[in-house]
Amino acid sequence: MAVPAYASPLERTWHYTYLVICGLIFFFLIAPIIVIIPLSFNAEPYFTFTEKMLSFDPTGYSMRWYDMLLTFGMQEPQAERGWSWWMDVWQHATWIDVAKNSIIIGFFSTILATVLGTLAALGLSRPEMPFRRAVMAVLISPMIVPIIITATGLFFFYSKTGLAHSYPGIIMAHATLGIPFVIITVTATLVGFDHSLSRAAANLGADPRTTFFKIVMPLILPGVVSGALFAFVTSFDEVVVVLFVAGYDQQTIPRQMWNGIREQISPAILAVATILVFVSIALLTTVELLRRRSERLRGMSPG
Amino acid sequence: MSDATMEPTELRTADGLPLKKALAKSQARAKRRAFLLVAPLFLFVLITFVVPIGQMLFQSVYNDSFSKNAPALGQWFAEHPLEAPIDESAFAALATDLKEMKANRTQGEAGTRINYDVPGTRSLFTSTARKADKLEPPYKEAILDINKGWEDPNLWRAMRSASHPYTIDFYLAALDMTRDQDNNIVSVDKTRSIYGTLFTRTALLSLIITVLCMLLAFPIAHLLASLPLAKSNLLMIFVLLPFWTSLLVRTTSWMVLLQQQGVLNDIMVWLGIVSDNGRLEMMYNKTGTIVAMTHILLPFMVLPLYSVMRTIPPSYVRAARSLGATSWTAFRRIYLPQTLPGIGAGALLVFILSVGYYITPALVGGADGQLISNMIAFHMQKSLNWSLAAALASLLLGGVLVLYWLYDRLVGIDNMKLG
Repeated sequence: MAVPAYASPLERTWHYTYLVICGLIFFFLIAPIIVIIPLSFNAEPYFTFTEKMLSFDPTGYSMRWYDMLLTFGMQEPQAERGWSWWMDVWQHATWIDVAKNSIIIGFFSTILATVLGTLAALGLSRPEMPFRRAVMAVLISPMIVPIIITATGLFFFYSKTGLAHSYPGIIMAHATLGIPFVIITVTATLVGFDHSLSRAAANLGADPRTTFFKIVMPLILPGVVSGALFAFVTSFDEVVVVLFVAGYDQQTIPRQMWNGIREQISPAILAVATILVFVSIALLTTVELLRRRSERLRGMSPG
Repeated sequence: MSDATMEPTELRTADGLPLKKALAKSQARAKRRAFLLVAPLFLFVLITFVVPIGQMLFQSVYNDSFSKNAPALGQWFAEHPLEAPIDESAFAALATDLKEMKANRTQGEAGTRINYDVPGTRSLFTSTARKADKLEPPYKEAILDINKGWEDPNLWRAMRSASHPYTIDFYLAALDMTRDQDNNIVSVDKTRSIYGTLFTRTALLSLIITVLCMLLAFPIAHLLASLPLAKSNLLMIFVLLPFWTSLLVRTTSWMVLLQQQGVLNDIMVWLGIVSDNGRLEMMYNKTGTIVAMTHILLPFMVLPLYSVMRTIPPSYVRAARSLGATSWTAFRRIYLPQTLPGIGAGALLVFILSVGYYITPALVGGADGQLISNMIAFHMQKSLNWSLAAALASLLLGGVLVLYWLYDRLVGIDNMKLG
């Protein structure tokens, strides 16, 4: 975006001011996420840069908060770090425990949301679908309805049906929250879908099942996978439903962070946050690569 | 030529069916097939989402914690109209119920229900029920001997309205209203009206956040849309990374930045803008909520705005310039009107999401940065007045659904873009 040659000096000044403003907004967006990364290596239990950190003194930095993620909740954190120490970490460390829960709940709710969501998106993108708009509005609504309302409703419902304090209850709730994302991404992929391809397959003798797995599925797969990733992140990041309906055994990473922030915020939280930032970078990269692949497959311009 | 002379017969398919029928049949089949694909998910969402919310709505108008524990009083109220004097027979019914409550240990439950309406009456129930076994006729005297509080006509009015399990009292409470002694609906005095203030604050803060998001998103969306794709995709990371980062992580980082001993205050002290003793309080108040939520919701504004701006051909603005418009006029008259769909979509989405926000205000909002969601959570978890929580939630839900309907009409939910 260069300044045109005919621009007046005023316009030129404005153009550069505009670029500076944009730079500041980008800084506002990214700085809060970046700033916690160095702070998580703080040797002191403070939330700001110490003198030593600013002068890049190695003693100002340490891994103690990452170490604490492992030792917190262990039975014998002081023991020698051998095989049995690591077994102790795996079995008893609080953060490892909640990470396991997060992954279990995230995994199953993603599967549920992706399978049901993809099927529904296939139906919804057919022009024959009756009450298309209304059905779509209902299926997207978990994303729009405030999470506290969903959690309140689930609390009443689960305490009557006995699903409270159980894995299936949370998995179902998280799947519901992830479904809108799957529907949105998969229908977006299906918008550009060339239906003559499946007609051609049928014409060549393929039955509907073969057509689906050999023709439709490979083309919509990128959309399905990014929908699944969205659903996983939704579950992985969800805290309110867990607060309301989960029992002691189903605590997840965000739930444990919530505890940590509310009670006694320590840099250990920043260590978790840093790890989660890297997880989100990985997820973002995957989704971006998938989007490009999808556009290439569908013959759109590589974005 | 012989065809022309033939009688016009009905068109038929190869197997002899009339074409019209065959078409209708195949269309019905296609319809059914589409519906069957959607049905499992629809059922699932019905069970895990629609039914629970329905149950919450039910809870907001149904509360049997008094009526089921006070059957005798319920019967007395049914037989006597509102104007009837509270005589011995009423107190006899009360005594029967209090004895029953003591035996079942439900006086606390029943008292709590009345306490919602007339504060301070729970102890009346618990203390009187403790001595209920010793109650002898005449009951009126005996009960009033234990506590004079039972004379209060307002208490009897509250018990009358609680003797039906179905009630709109919780909606009245959520709207800062109550009933006077003659059962007329009146608003509570200004000092006790908390929910109205909270709804107004929620709407106001959401509006501020929406406007801030609009102001911050417009320049960068414009920049992203006017750069070549390779560059804009790179810059897009700045928008998408916060979008993908955990909400709690972003809230935590704002806590780190905004604390009194935090990074921003340190920088300002170092720069000499504020003195070490005059560190600004940027967290645990409205400022904290506004700043953190603007940051969190900004991507929801940038993404729809960007996708609209991408489609605006730059030649329109150039044409305006060549026809003599100044760059400001060209922007205001040509470019801005074309971005309105994007602004509308983004602003509605941000507003909808922010009125229901819970986590960020709970963590950085302090006392005066709380939103309506936090009050719902308070009644669910601390005060345990579930019916009031449900009533507040239903009111919030109503507001959000109206906005959602508006969004669907103006933007269309199938146009929602993610990343």
